Amino acid sequence: MQELSYIDIIYDSLRITVLDILPIILVFAFFQWGVIRKGLPHWRKMLAGMGMVVLGLAVFIVGLEECIFPLGTSMAKQLSDPQFLMGNSSTLDILSAEKRVGAEFYLEVISFGFLIGFATTLAEPALIAVALKAREISTGAISTWGLRIAVALGVGVGVALGVFRIIEGTPLHYYIITGYVILMIQTYFAPKFIVPLAYDSGGVTTSTVTVPVLVALGLGLASNVPGSSPLLDGFGLIAFASLFPMISVLAYAMIQERFLRAPNSAIK
Amino acid sequence: MVKTFRLLLFKFLQSFSDVLPIILVITFFQLVVIQKPFPHLKETFFGFILVVIGLFIFIQGLEQALFPIGERLAVEFAAKGNVFWIVLFGFTLGFATTIAEPALTVISQKAGHIAASAGAIDQSESSVATYVWGLRLITAFSVGLAGAIGVIRIIKGWPLVIFILAGYSLIVTATLFAPKEIIGIAYDAGGITTSTITVPLITALGIGLASSIRGRNPIIDGFGLIALASLMPILFVMLYGIFVFGVG
Repeated sequence: MQELSYIDIIYDSLRITVLDILPIILVFAFFQWGVIRKGLPHWRKMLAGMGMVVLGLAVFIVGLEECIFPLGTSMAKQLSDPQFLMGNSSTLDILSAEKRVGAEFYLEVISFGFLIGFATTLAEPALIAVALKAREISTGAISTWGLRIAVALGVGVGVALGVFRIIEGTPLHYYIITGYVILMIQTYFAPKFIVPLAYDSGGVTTSTVTVPVLVALGLGLASNVPGSSPLLDGFGLIAFASLFPMISVLAYAMIQERFLRAPNSAIK
Repeated sequence: MVKTFRLLLFKFLQSFSDVLPIILVITFFQLVVIQKPFPHLKETFFGFILVVIGLFIFIQGLEQALFPIGERLAVEFAAKGNVFWIVLFGFTLGFATTIAEPALTVISQKAGHIAASAGAIDQSESSVATYVWGLRLITAFSVGLAGAIGVIRIIKGWPLVIFILAGYSLIVTATLFAPKEIIGIAYDAGGITTSTITVPLITALGIGLASSIRGRNPIIDGFGLIALASLMPILFVMLYGIFVFGVG
C-alpha cells in the first residue's frame, strides 16, 4: 500500500509541474514558429532538458511535501507552543506568565525562524538558477555561494524579525516602511551593478521551498501567540522574507566593494 | 566517459550540499532543543534522498534547456529588431504562466470564500466565481504588464530604481486605502507569480536581450524582470480590492 500511495503522490506532483510548464511551452512554440519562423536547433536535446526540468522538480516537490514539510511544520508548532516554552511548569504558571510573555520566552522559535529561513533559501532551486547566471555574466565577480549566502542571511534575519514582530504585536507596516527606507538609502550608495540583481533576489526567495515552511511557522505562531491573526501574520513573514534579502544583497556588494576590493572593474 | 561521470558526481554532491543545511537545522532542533527522537525517521531520510535527486535532475535540465531556450529566443528577437513582437512576447509569457499557476487558483478561491463570508460580495455561487475569476485575471494581467514594461525597460536602458521606487510608493499608498480582506491576498499574489520554472527562464531572457542590444550591460539591464513581476500583482490586486469592496 505504501508504494501505491507514493506513485499517486508522484503522479500528482508531475501533473502540477506539467501544468506549470505547459503554458510556457505553448507561448515559446507560438513565438518560435509563428513570429521568428525558424526551427529550434537541437530540439531533441531541448525537449529532453525540459523533461528533466519537469521530472526533477516533481521528485523534489514530492520529497519536500512528504517528508520535510511535515517535520518542519510540526516543529514550528511545537516551538511556538507555550507549554513547551515554559518547560514543565503547570498550566497556572503559563497563564500567569502569559501576561508578561516576551521575546525571551521565544528565543528558541526566533532562532529556529532564522535558521530555517537561512537553510530553506540555500536549497531554493530558483535562487540557484539566478546565482549561476549572475556568476556567468559577471565573469565570476559575483560568486554563486556568496550571493546565495547573502540572500539566505537576508531571509533568515527577515524571518527572525518577523517572528519577533508577531510576538510583540507591532504593526507590520512600521517594519516594512523602515525596511524600504533603508533599501532606498542603500540603493543610492551601493555599487550600481548589484542593484537590479538585489531587487530580483527579493522575488526569488518566495518560491518552492521557503513559502510553505514560513506559512506553517506563521500559522503555528498565530494560533499560539495571544492576539495575533493567522491571516495577517502568515503573509507578514513572506513580505519580510522578500524585503530583507534585497537589503542583505546590497550590503554584501557594499562590503565587498569597500573591504575586499572586488574586481568590479571587470563589470564596469 | 570517466570525466563525464566525475562531473556528474560533482554536481550531485553540489545538490547534496544545497539541501544539507535544512537537514542540519531540523536535526539540531529535534534532538537538542525539542529533545525528542525523530518521528518517522525512515520517511524523512527517504524524502531527503528524493529532494537531492530531484534538485540534481532539475539543475541538469536547467542548463540543458531552460537557460539556452530563454537566451536564444531573446537573441533572435533582438536580431529581428521588431519591438512590438518582443513586448507582446513579454506580456504573453507573464500572462500565460500566471493564469495557469495552480497556487494562484488555490489562493483566489480562498480569497473568494473570505470575501463572501465577510459580506463584501454576494454569497451566491456565481458571484463568488466571478470574483475569483476577476482576481485570477487581474493577477495574470499585472504579471503580463510587468513582462511588457520590463522588456521595454531593457530595450530603452531605463534604470530599474525608478520603477521600484514608484511601484512601492504606490503599494504603500494603496495599502492605506485597501480593504483588510485583500491586503494579505495581494502580498501573497506577489510571491506566487515567480515559480521555480519561470524564474530561470525570465532571467535568461532578460540577460539574453540585454546582451544582444548594443549599449546595454547584461548585469545592469538584464536583471529586474523578476522584481517587476513580484511588484505589479501586489499593486493591481489591491486596486482590484478597492474597486470591488470600496475603500477600507
